[in-house]
Amino acid sequence: MTDETHASFPLRLEGANVPMVSFRKVTKRYGSLVVLDSLDLDVAEGEMVTIIGPSGSGKTTVLRTLMTLDSINDGVIYVDGEPLTHMSDGTKLVPANQRHLRKMRSKIGMCFQHFHLFPHMTALENCMEGPVNVLGLSKKEARERSEELLRMVGMADKRDQHPSRLSGGQQQRVAIARALAMRPKVMLFDEVTSALDPEVIGEVTGVIKKLVSEHNLTMLMVTHQMGFARQISDRVSFFYKGRIEEQGTPDELFGDPKKERTQQFLSAVREAV
Amino acid sequence: MLNWDWDFTWTILPRLLSATVNTILAAGLGYAIAVVLGLVLALLQRTRSPIFTASVREIIEFVRSTPLVLQVFFVFYVAPQFGITLSPWVAGMLSIGVHYAAYLSEVYRGGIDSVPKGQWEAATSLNLSTTRTYFRIVIPQALPPSLAGMGNYLVGIFKDTPILSVIGVAELMHAANSIGAETYRFLEPYTLVGIIFLAISLPTAALIRAFEGWMRRKLGLT
Ligand SMILES: Nc1ncnc2c1ncn2[C@@H]1O[C@H](COP(=O)(O)OP(=O)(O)OP(=O)(O)O)[C@@H](O)[C@H]1O
Ligand SMILES: [Mg+2]
Repeated sequence: MTDETHASFPLRLEGANVPMVSFRKVTKRYGSLVVLDSLDLDVAEGEMVTIIGPSGSGKTTVLRTLMTLDSINDGVIYVDGEPLTHMSDGTKLVPANQRHLRKMRSKIGMCFQHFHLFPHMTALENCMEGPVNVLGLSKKEARERSEELLRMVGMADKRDQHPSRLSGGQQQRVAIARALAMRPKVMLFDEVTSALDPEVIGEVTGVIKKLVSEHNLTMLMVTHQMGFARQISDRVSFFYKGRIEEQGTPDELFGDPKKERTQQFLSAVREAV
Repeated sequence: MLNWDWDFTWTILPRLLSATVNTILAAGLGYAIAVVLGLVLALLQRTRSPIFTASVREIIEFVRSTPLVLQVFFVFYVAPQFGITLSPWVAGMLSIGVHYAAYLSEVYRGGIDSVPKGQWEAATSLNLSTTRTYFRIVIPQALPPSLAGMGNYLVGIFKDTPILSVIGVAELMHAANSIGAETYRFLEPYTLVGIIFLAISLPTAALIRAFEGWMRRKLGLT
């Protein structure tokens, strides 16, 4: 976390339209490499924002800093109006301590490209792990919640299987159920279909579509599937070198990109398909 | 050349077998200490403080670079000069336990390092505490790859128990030595000791391999 105090940043966001997620001048560096460059990004409650962009443009880093897997060097991230990377000492923002991070982390869930299911637990046990050990639910409550979610993602019949017995698409659906079992307000999806065989991608995108239409979750998604992004996003953000080069509704961004870099990227992606 | 005396063999066998119980007990107790203390040492090396981690590493290096027999002598004969007097059994279990803990901590460390980073990140994304992440996510996965090494050291500790005879723990070697001193016959007692060690080590090693496979299946890792 940053060492400077953040006198210029509000202790919390207040008012009518407080975004669910707000990056304010967020900078992330690895040595001299600037990965997020004074990034400003707001996501409204219930909004589905898709991040696209070339490799290395910082897409994954946005999600990882939001999940608190990586720290930031400058700026502040707010979630649900409260600072995530920082906390108030009464008069100013100071870097968040572990306790604050744990409190804020409970609002966010994440799914990874390579699922990262716990291999020594069944699908059901994977889903129950957080609710029992973090939220303090009883085994019975956690089981009911998890079984319902596994049903929702179409994995109820495989609930007693270990991940090694499941296909990639099935593992990813369990991973989505596992994240949802924590009842996050914000869900992050980092290329959740990139490691899948083409014929099972639909299983996973189907689940995400269902989430978009049936739940009021705030979602941030990184994907290389432009068709899918166009279908389900409220807004698409094109990243370039750690900044938003251009963003808009899917129709604006895909149908009529204004910036040259966006046009180049989109035509390169179309050729690759 | 060899004048093996069967009658003598049968008379000393019960005495050696009862000493075997002590050998197994010593190996078992020493191993229990090593298994737990080794895990503590492995986890202590992963704290946030680099100075702390470095000192634990130094201690482990020190224990691994000096002979076990010296450590046993030290704890039994030298510690009393600092006001710590221990019985042969306690001194023996302590030194052998600490010695093997240093080795086992390295085994665990390798096992823990073999758990992919993604597992830690998934645990963080579910907001699991560090302690829970270790005990529910990381250690269960670090265990199967550690089992082969743990098994080797179980056999190792068993084979090292004769060292305890030097401070008077009444294990197998100690019994064989006494028989030799009393009867001036060494062939039969030492041969029997060798056979008993073999008869325990070989099946143990096979059992450990079977256990490793069972563990992997039980944890759903294969
Ligand atoms: N731990 C790290 N140490 C050093 N550099 C890193 C680290 N993690 C990421 N980077 C660098 O940060 C930059 C942005 O990485 P990021 O993963 O956010 O890119 P991305 O937009 O998700 O790319 P991709 O489409 O390839 O997944 C890359 O240049 C990457 O090499
Ligand atoms: Mg990425």
